[in-house]
Amino acid sequence: MIDEAGQIFLQEATELVAALERDLLALETSPDDSELVNAAFRSLHTLKGSGAMFGYTAMSAFLHEFETAFDRVRQGDVALSPAIVAAALAACDRVLPMISDPDSESAAAQAVLETLARAMPGGEGAAPAAQAEAAPENAAPVAEALRFRLPPDVVKLGHDPSMLLDELRELAPAQVQAITDRIAPLETLDPLDFLVGWRVAFETPVLREAIEDVFMFHGDDLELTLEGGHAAPAAPSAPVEAKGTATPEAAPSNPASGAPAKVAPAAGETMRVATERLDELMDRVGELVIVEARLQALAAQSRDPALLAVAEDIERLAAGLRSATMSMRMVPIGSITGRFRRLVRDLSAMLEKPIHFEVSGEETELDKTMIDLIADPLVHLLRNSADHGLESAEARRAAGKPEGGTVRLSAAYAGAEVLITLTDDGRGLDPGKIRARAEANGLISPDAQLSERDLYNLIFEPGFSTAAAVTEVSGRGVGMDVVRRTIEQLRGQIELDSEPGHGTTVTLRLPLTLAIIDGLLIEVGGEHYTIPLAAVEECVELPLAQAQENGSAAFLNIRGALVPFLRLRELFHVDAPLSLHPKVVIVQAGGHRIGLVVDRIVSNTQTVIKQLSQLHAHLRGFSGATILGDGRVALVLDVGQIVALGREAEEHIRRESAA
Amino acid sequence: MNGNQIDVVTMRLGKEMLAVAASNLHEILEPVPVTRVPNAGSFVSGLINVRGAVVPLADLRAIFGMEAEETTHDTRMVVLDVELEGGATTVAILADKVLDVSALDLESVDAAPPVGSRWPTEIVRGIGQRDGEFVILPDLPAIFKSHCARSAEPRKDIHR
Repeated sequence: MIDEAGQIFLQEATELVAALERDLLALETSPDDSELVNAAFRSLHTLKGSGAMFGYTAMSAFLHEFETAFDRVRQGDVALSPAIVAAALAACDRVLPMISDPDSESAAAQAVLETLARAMPGGEGAAPAAQAEAAPENAAPVAEALRFRLPPDVVKLGHDPSMLLDELRELAPAQVQAITDRIAPLETLDPLDFLVGWRVAFETPVLREAIEDVFMFHGDDLELTLEGGHAAPAAPSAPVEAKGTATPEAAPSNPASGAPAKVAPAAGETMRVATERLDELMDRVGELVIVEARLQALAAQSRDPALLAVAEDIERLAAGLRSATMSMRMVPIGSITGRFRRLVRDLSAMLEKPIHFEVSGEETELDKTMIDLIADPLVHLLRNSADHGLESAEARRAAGKPEGGTVRLSAAYAGAEVLITLTDDGRGLDPGKIRARAEANGLISPDAQLSERDLYNLIFEPGFSTAAAVTEVSGRGVGMDVVRRTIEQLRGQIELDSEPGHGTTVTLRLPLTLAIIDGLLIEVGGEHYTIPLAAVEECVELPLAQAQENGSAAFLNIRGALVPFLRLRELFHVDAPLSLHPKVVIVQAGGHRIGLVVDRIVSNTQTVIKQLSQLHAHLRGFSGATILGDGRVALVLDVGQIVALGREAEEHIRRESAA
Repeated sequence: MNGNQIDVVTMRLGKEMLAVAASNLHEILEPVPVTRVPNAGSFVSGLINVRGAVVPLADLRAIFGMEAEETTHDTRMVVLDVELEGGATTVAILADKVLDVSALDLESVDAAPPVGSRWPTEIVRGIGQRDGEFVILPDLPAIFKSHCARSAEPRKDIHR
């Protein structure tokens, strides 16, 4: 039980720390944004509160100091300096270690707090305790004054009303006035009755809750009215937020990104679900889709109208269930960009290069698994950009560029794909150097004829270390080949473009989701294959003149554009007799179009992609397999790889015809 | 079962009798439709559907240099787990006939003779005896691992 609660807390804490970090980083560029200060403060406060609730007293105490210091910023006592932000970020880093290992962390935490205190103008950095105690609750209702009357028998029962007044005065300095209107004339006065009321006017607003606590032991006969002040004057725009519901998505996006701020979902409208449960649901939906295809096949065979109608209904329901399940798994890319901001900031400091990091399209959503898996490759690419791509400030000045380099990360939808591009305005790739290194490492022969693009792509080859000098930041053996492999495992593609002197652009093309796709079922030599429909542009007849020819590749005239085409029967070594009316499926990937000659186009299918085992993982041209309605297995074509094969064949032909 | 015996599935492949540990066995299927995998070579040349899972189908004949044979009504697909680098992988192997599941006395198992044998020691764990006949214990993990390693080498396998 405790473990489960602890897990939940840890997850919440991780998210809060990420939100805090993001806000702090945003504050670095816009230190006057009071919304950001408030947001950071709220994260801190929630973290402190739940930490104390779950028994992490050391962390809670640490956060209290952190919060106290930050409160002075919020109150406007102290202007936010880069030193404060740096110290606050360092403090931020200590929070999660303190949860996992409170004992060994306390010294480090103390050191961080001292740095923070030094960063605060005016010495020790601790604000008056009363202010720090009251301030965090500012978002809660407050009162400026109160009137109260105690029941007449209060003194008989042994209470001392003056203690109440003392307690109230402890909340805040106050003016106390007696209300004497109920005091009876002397003749009828019972000296043991207590008939005086009081009005207490506070000099600063006091939490209603705190006032009610003072009167906790005075029950129903108490007359108490509170006056004035409903929201904290110090944070006029801060929404009242239920503790523990702050999520990174709910916090305002970084204004620097230009992305529209997301409306925070109200508490209770979202819930956390373990990823494994979603995975399980997705598996079940996948199985349903396979069985549904089977039902379709049977219904079509039987031609029974009633069965066909049911099959159609099930198809509709399965499609709806599929998209609902998939949408549940979608996560905005913004959920990982926070750590990239931090990374770039740290890289900038470490490499002593000013780096301007821009992010756009953070609201673009991808499958959760995909988001988790692309984080590391992106970190690698960012390191490369910062370390190798961007020049030193002096070199940039000499080249007539602004001293600070720019690294831009953007995400956008493109059909059924998501494009993630990482651009820097650095020195660009040097084809000569790449060539020399590739020759030295035996990747290409010295007389190899390679286009610039092919040369650039060599850096993705295993055994090609990117930097001539291995630095602290990058080039420690895990190379671009790992990046490419990861992206290809996700059925994505990676492209590289560079202009010497002006920068490099890396584009990742990723499918929206991993598990289920719409496919086009085709037949080649009696065997069935599935082509992802997202990659299909159109289907045309193969002109008769070309139908009977052999040779693996040629060109096709599609409305005036020459499109190379590949005969899949050649590629797949099919011996069956030629089809009389072959079709061409025009597919595109990575900005290139090619035609695939097939014997027959069978149908559209929903395709649940199953990974190929290690025994077949080395094959190029297939991204997986799927099970068809009749229970047979069909291979899923990897359009990206097929297009690459087509391009190789095309260049081969061009070279031959040129020779 | 005492310490010197293991349960094995015995099967026939060509003229030979093979035995694989029954602990890794999933099920034995009558032949199901096989999907050919282009350019995959003769050893693991196809895929089959085993209860909704896509499972590679291997033919050990390609490894042991035997002639391919027609499917008969005795032909079976033996589905089992093989330990590979990335964890246990489910594969199916073809058998001309599955004989039985029985206890094999490990004391009767000798190492494969190093020379003059069609059974290379790298891929055969040993040769035992049963009812006066030799039983070959193939080292399936080694066979599949060397297949993975060999096929990973040339990258342009589809080409030409």
